Amino acid sequence: MANTNTAHGESHVQHHFVDSEQQFDSSKLGMWIFLVTEVLFFGGLFVAYIVYRAWNPELFYMSAKELSTMMGAINTIVLIGSSLTIALAVRAAQLNQQANISKYLLVTIFLACVFLVIKYFEYTSKFAVGILPGELYTYEGIDHPGAAIFFSIYYMMTGLHGIHVIIGIGIMVWLLVKTRQGAYNSSYFTPIEITALYWHLVDLIWIFLFPLLYLIE
Amino acid sequence: MAATAKDLNIREFPVEENPKHHYLNAETGLKSWLFTVDHKRIGLMYLASIILFFFVGGVLALALRLELWEPARTFMDADTYNRVFTLHGAVMVFLFIIPSIPAALGNFFLPMMLGAKDVAFPKLNLLSFWIYSFGALFTLYSIAHGGVDTGWTFYTPYSTSTGTAVISMTLGVFIMGFSSILTGINFIVTVHKMRAPGQTWGKLPLFIWSLYATAIIQVLATPVLAITLLLLIMERTLGVGIFDPALGGDPVLYQHFFWFYSHPAVYIMIVPAFGIISEVISTFSKKTIFGYWLIALSSLAIAFIGFLVWGHHMFVSGQSELATVIFSFLTFFVGIPTGIKILNWVATMYKGSIDMKTPMIYALMFLFLFSIGGFTGIMLGALSVNVHLHDTYYVVAHFHYVMMGGTVFAFLAGIHYWWPKMTGKMYNEFWAKVASVVLFIGFNVTFLPQFIMGSQGMPRRYYSYIEQFQTLHQTSTVGSWVLGVGFIIVGIYLTISLFSKANKASSNPWGARALEWMSSSPPAHHNFNYTPVVLHNPYDFHKPISEFRLGIDGSGHGEETESKVELSSDKA
Repeated sequence: MANTNTAHGESHVQHHFVDSEQQFDSSKLGMWIFLVTEVLFFGGLFVAYIVYRAWNPELFYMSAKELSTMMGAINTIVLIGSSLTIALAVRAAQLNQQANISKYLLVTIFLACVFLVIKYFEYTSKFAVGILPGELYTYEGIDHPGAAIFFSIYYMMTGLHGIHVIIGIGIMVWLLVKTRQGAYNSSYFTPIEITALYWHLVDLIWIFLFPLLYLIE
Repeated sequence: MAATAKDLNIREFPVEENPKHHYLNAETGLKSWLFTVDHKRIGLMYLASIILFFFVGGVLALALRLELWEPARTFMDADTYNRVFTLHGAVMVFLFIIPSIPAALGNFFLPMMLGAKDVAFPKLNLLSFWIYSFGALFTLYSIAHGGVDTGWTFYTPYSTSTGTAVISMTLGVFIMGFSSILTGINFIVTVHKMRAPGQTWGKLPLFIWSLYATAIIQVLATPVLAITLLLLIMERTLGVGIFDPALGGDPVLYQHFFWFYSHPAVYIMIVPAFGIISEVISTFSKKTIFGYWLIALSSLAIAFIGFLVWGHHMFVSGQSELATVIFSFLTFFVGIPTGIKILNWVATMYKGSIDMKTPMIYALMFLFLFSIGGFTGIMLGALSVNVHLHDTYYVVAHFHYVMMGGTVFAFLAGIHYWWPKMTGKMYNEFWAKVASVVLFIGFNVTFLPQFIMGSQGMPRRYYSYIEQFQTLHQTSTVGSWVLGVGFIIVGIYLTISLFSKANKASSNPWGARALEWMSSSPPAHHNFNYTPVVLHNPYDFHKPISEFRLGIDGSGHGEETESKVELSSDKA
């Protein structure tokens, strides 16, 4: 495909695009549409949440008290912080500050890992008392026949979100490697930009999950 | 910034007839197919897979019809019968009809009609084909491991308790959903960003509009199916209980989730067919399409309304009466944009020079069969009638008239219309016409009796029936054999056309005006060896054909904006 690239003078432009701008706009639009599909994907779970909460308001109140608001709150701050750092990574790319791209990507990856570690301790403390999804649920501290369903929804929502965090870490590690190789500069940083878009959505979903699951009064 | 037409040196580019070098021989070997990023080759690979699964689903259908020859057992037991109709439905819906027109013909022609070299994300396009194949493997695995007996809808709580291979089957469908989403994203971005200079939204071929509307549905609906099936899999493996009444869950919630995807999915299946019919009817009437914007926007209207009517599948499932009344009312609205299309197609033919070639014959059959399918759909949307007809053969006949009489006949129209472009070969017109008549007769003999049976109370999916229905069932079965013969004829003459040497097709055998006909047959590796420039609407048959072959020297890129190049017909 390299034969046609020379005509445009920029090596990152793929053969079927006219110029860098068209390629950048296409990638960005593609990511935005993908984010729409993500919203609908989680939307199904949010609908399930709404339906069961409407049917069992007292169950949701009782169960939410079992969750650690402190850990959830710290994780919220951690994720919002990571959204800031990845935005700074994009900014660094726009300004062509190579060292800063790497630095901010590293901090973002670190914060994402912190989120997962806290989540790990949260999950294991629940597992220890028998709060497990579905038929594995054995905890007797909540006096409600539907308690298992609340925690099934909790594990489904936070679990899927956690998978998205892990995927995000994977992509950012790859970005970091490419950055170290000098793949990005102020005229080409599309992968960083669209990864940041994805990461903001992962952050945003958590911002909805936190009050819906932890902060029920 | 804006350059004028003179600076850019727009001129006519003659088409090379029967080129020596084209996309089929640009690269050779198995790898050049499996790892290609060429949208045309990916389209052909989809086409081959789809035909394979249509064959599998078709054989299952023939087996079903044969079993129904006798009121009780004919040759398979009841459990096998349940599995066969489930597989027939699942294979036809998820492996054949959803990817059929968009992934095969759409992949091939969407970039060409836009004057682009490829879709926006060629690697993603290849990935989506591989995801589709991977999902198909799961389906085949579940067939090998006893199949599934839930029906293609996987309704809970039965699907969470049956001992059959529900998990591998739903995982397969889950995975194939990603393929559908990726194709949808690719198409939307390509239509937005890769149009040829001068090709405004008002100059898009209507097939593009229909694929665009379809892509929107794919992108919005498919993720909901994904989460639904994921919940179903969790329900089976962990017993999460969201859909299980025994654990405090709600099976009707599953139906809501499922149909929130699967009703719009019905429009994923039919809307691209509308696009083909628009192309074919205009081309073979040699006349500007009547009501261009009405046809274009009615596709979007169908996509929108399609999201508001899912509850009409659940009139007798115990949803609230108010919801039932509202869904019934909204369902009637779908008839409006669909009716607009039919009227515009008929008006296009009025006073046209109609050329009864095979694609046109299929398009006319489509109008007839799809109208029956559509009107019976309106009847089923009526509440009181629905209670009587719910889950009877009437419903089966209705959706076969829409899906097979509609989509499959339009797909056949599309295959015959674009066959010379895709392969560079012309099929035997006589046998093609014979096959179309055989298929039309076979189709009606198979499915008309099912309307009658259904209205008399024959329930769908039943293994045995009372003797009163035997004549009608046997008529239907005979019809299925005629259909089988019709498809065999199609398979034979299309295969022969590929290997015969004497029947090379010209670049524009039908005298059409859209951009894909301005490339050679078969097209060059990168579609065009210049940058196409669009001046006219693709249905302006009164303009000379030379004005549709304009372009700028260059390596054949699609420009992303019309703002960079200011064009008007008087300048050129």
